[in-house]
Amino acid sequence: MITAETPFEFFTVSYLTRIGNQSAGTLTEFLKGLNQCSDASIFHHTFQTLSSHHFLTEGFSNDFAQWAHADANREDLAEQLAALDVRDYLSIAALRTDLCRVVGDYCTANPPLAEQTALERFYFCESVEVTLPFGLTARTLEEFRNGIVHSSHASFYFHFLSSRLRLQLQTNDFSHWLADGLGLGTLADSVNHIDIYTNTLDSARAKVLRLIDRERRKG
Amino acid sequence: MSEVAIASRIPLDDYAALLGEGEIDELRVLAKPLRGRSIEMINSTAVGGGVAEILNRLLPLAEELELNMRWDVMTGGDDFYGVTKSFHNALHGAPYHADPKDFEIFLACNERNRARLPLDAEFMIIHDPQPAALIEGRKKNGNHWAWRCHIDLSHPNRQVWDFLEKFVARYDTAMFSSPEFSRSLAIPQYLFYPAIDPLSEKNRDLESGFVARTLAQYQIDPLRPILTQISRFDRLKDPVGVIRAYRIVKRYFDCQLVLAGGSASDDPEGAEVLKEVQREANGEADIHIIELPAWAPLEVNALQRASTIVIQKSLREGFGLTVSEALWKKKPVVASAVGGIPVQIIHKHTGLLAHSVEGTAYQIRFLLSHPEIAAKLGENGHEHVKENFLITQKLKRYVTLCLAMARAK
Repeated sequence: MITAETPFEFFTVSYLTRIGNQSAGTLTEFLKGLNQCSDASIFHHTFQTLSSHHFLTEGFSNDFAQWAHADANREDLAEQLAALDVRDYLSIAALRTDLCRVVGDYCTANPPLAEQTALERFYFCESVEVTLPFGLTARTLEEFRNGIVHSSHASFYFHFLSSRLRLQLQTNDFSHWLADGLGLGTLADSVNHIDIYTNTLDSARAKVLRLIDRERRKG
Repeated sequence: MSEVAIASRIPLDDYAALLGEGEIDELRVLAKPLRGRSIEMINSTAVGGGVAEILNRLLPLAEELELNMRWDVMTGGDDFYGVTKSFHNALHGAPYHADPKDFEIFLACNERNRARLPLDAEFMIIHDPQPAALIEGRKKNGNHWAWRCHIDLSHPNRQVWDFLEKFVARYDTAMFSSPEFSRSLAIPQYLFYPAIDPLSEKNRDLESGFVARTLAQYQIDPLRPILTQISRFDRLKDPVGVIRAYRIVKRYFDCQLVLAGGSASDDPEGAEVLKEVQREANGEADIHIIELPAWAPLEVNALQRASTIVIQKSLREGFGLTVSEALWKKKPVVASAVGGIPVQIIHKHTGLLAHSVEGTAYQIRFLLSHPEIAAKLGENGHEHVKENFLITQKLKRYVTLCLAMARAK
């Protein structure tokens, strides 16, 4: 059995939603908000919303796209915003640039629509994060599996999704440790390819467990 | 010891069956750094009202996490409660001109309570405007003060808000049920949702026999679609608008409407609205107007569970926890996009939002025509409530708030 030199330590995270000072009633105001809001706000409406709405596996991508769809009634814009995949971004700055580009291009191409009043305003909020060790550590694949089974949704999300911003790599904590700690590069890749947009946190966790079990059978 | 009687204890582990053991373990992990540290909740009533109901459920759970949480209720005379009732309505936007004497009564009562209550907990959480001026009793030991506002401050009476703002600005933080309700303040403002208890009588699973007997009691046909709005008879809940929407739906579907709410007998305005509703219903057999006793959680539970679609066609709303109650029961909901409802109803994902009588009718017809979509919305709605609007999540938010406030200093 392979034993990692550095153990994997499971953490959990809890978020408070801080209400920002900006809101938008038109696409022009929305674009201004996207340009000016804090990084914590971009994180909240993209990364964090995937955690709090993980059970929506059909057509929900981020809060910005949902507002464009349900309140601004701009399906074509909503589609473009929904297509942005947070896993492609290693920094909030890069994600913000693309969000602004998509909305900016839309406003330029459709000036009258940019000034239309939406049904409801968009309120820019921020995530305030509190992280704590979950009290579980792993040095072997067996212990790692046990940790995944017993972790909470928030813990799974913290390691599987928001970790990309911490690592500044196109991977997640789990895959990073599986590859670096246990030398299981193929398993790490397979875990990293699980689609979080079409899975709930529970179904993504079940897939990780299935992949681990397959690896254990090989051993 | 708290000054109020607390509800019978439901062990925290009982929630694990609904939420998963990991979620309960996580709550224990988050609470661990706060063990033994004091948290004091203060509001203005021990019984009645949503705040008391939530605190009643919250305290036993906090105790299980070994948090030293107590709940004190401020005391005041009829004059104080008369003034704060006027303040409450004014903060909701009702016309009001405050007399300087009103402010004196408010301040004097807060001063008396400052002298009576210790106010020395490490974390002081003050609910709503009534006790807001207790902040003047803040000790020099640097404890943390948070103001939890449960009401809609989006269009407050200027005079009353200007008076209150002086106190609110001195807190470390404020919490609101919707971003729309927040104010421009220099202190951090957080989103805090009300919550339902999945194991309470209003929300726990019921035997099908009880649901059937409840329908029989009110002569509701279980074999035809049932559209239900549960709310007190209040114009802001637009019961007449609900009947009008039902009549449009009725042209296409042989359905029934249930309008059920607390008794209007001790509420003159409620009695008047009930008469308007009865007039609009005009004796139609398929419109069931039900006056429930003031506390009828099992009947509400049964009516919600028996419903095909639940409606919440409010014109204004604080949060509208009846929406979460229905979603928890996996019911498709059609509701107005007001107050805290859009937080609960993510349009086309966890329910359908409407902005008019005609829109409400259209969305109901759509769901009656597409039961598979209605079922999916109900399933998603249940998960949304599980993730965000249960009492355990509320406790987690308070714990997180205390951790965040402690770290900020």
